[in-house]
Amino acid sequence: MSIKTHILLQKKKKNILELWMKNQLADEGLREDLISNDELRGQSEELINVLVGNLSGDNFTDFDSDEWSPVIEILGGIAITRARQGFSPRETGNFVFSLKEAILEVLQEEIKGDPQTLFTESLKINRLMDNLSIITFETFIKGREEVILRQTDEITEISTPVIRVWDGILALPIIGTLDSARTQVVMENLLQEIVETGSSIAILDISGVPAVDSLVAQHLIKTVSATRLMGAECIISGIRPEIAQTVVHLGIDLSNIITKATLASALAYSFKIMKLEVKRAGAVNKF
Amino acid sequence: MTLSLSKDTIQVTKEQDVVFLKNRVKETAVKIKMGLVNQTRLLTAASELVRNMMRYANGGACIIEVVSSGRANGVRLTFSDSGPGIPDLDAAMRDGFSTGKSLGLGLPGTKRLMNEFNIKSKVGEGTVITIIKWN
Repeated sequence: MSIKTHILLQKKKKNILELWMKNQLADEGLREDLISNDELRGQSEELINVLVGNLSGDNFTDFDSDEWSPVIEILGGIAITRARQGFSPRETGNFVFSLKEAILEVLQEEIKGDPQTLFTESLKINRLMDNLSIITFETFIKGREEVILRQTDEITEISTPVIRVWDGILALPIIGTLDSARTQVVMENLLQEIVETGSSIAILDISGVPAVDSLVAQHLIKTVSATRLMGAECIISGIRPEIAQTVVHLGIDLSNIITKATLASALAYSFKIMKLEVKRAGAVNKF
Repeated sequence: MTLSLSKDTIQVTKEQDVVFLKNRVKETAVKIKMGLVNQTRLLTAASELVRNMMRYANGGACIIEVVSSGRANGVRLTFSDSGPGIPDLDAAMRDGFSTGKSLGLGLPGTKRLMNEFNIKSKVGEGTVITIIKWN
């Protein structure tokens, strides 16, 4: 006697759903703070409908077939929303694992008298559900990675502002390590801003750079050269004593570049170049 | 006699690992109360070597150790990779020599920044660099 598992599952869909919901609600890791029970039920029902609806006798093992794509789509959607809502991997995994348990329980109930068939059918279900779990995890991790990538982009964006400190003077505070990608962003922003504002002096402030190694220095030199090509002068400020010592020991030659210890002295120097004077208001010249 | 007091191995394979490694090196230096100048030197040296490792060998591993010798404490870093190796070590240790398009100051500069510098490299097998900065 051969038992058509898929037909059996279709018939017992309601039972499975009830069992599954019972499993999920009984689970200690139930996150009522993140998802309401009704919503959870909706998700579960949607998945089980598509899953059972797509089952046919021969597609149990062939997971690449197109019939599975709606299931994968729905499962992926659920996994991604869960990743964004802040579910832990265990909680997300349990969502699928508890379904497996429910199905197996129903199967056990139905194929009681035939251990051989029960075993082969369980194996099939196992394989199928394991595949589904893997997909869930893959999408879950992808969802998390997207969050990280977005944050990385945001950080790069925020961390390279170009500030107009005076008419014709730009300042660019650099915070964190200056790698090739950052340098590219810094250079682009700076050069663009020089054109837009018609500035003649740019101050690169490296107070927030923890260490200047040869690559960082090379990037700084490149940025300065590019700025000079645009007809503007570039001053590097924020060189701390320990950075100065390290640069000397490394043997990096920055003598062609105007460097200052503080942003204030760089600004004062820029005023001098632009023949501007800062005076205390109301000061009377007594002579 | 140099004694190792603590040991921490970090695998470096991605850009993000570089920042992580540098933070760990800094933490270790702070823990043994290293001065700010020496901290910066150590950090810069670590940065040079880890960049070399990423660029030429596609990553590798770094061992961070607190070492002690007599009354001095220090940090020892061991960078090992299984990259192509350096064919001409003498040239690589010369200022301004680079097979990439860098300034060519990484290795000789690192040697000047550190108290102890030891490099072993075999073509086709990889490179191991050990540096120590005493407190």
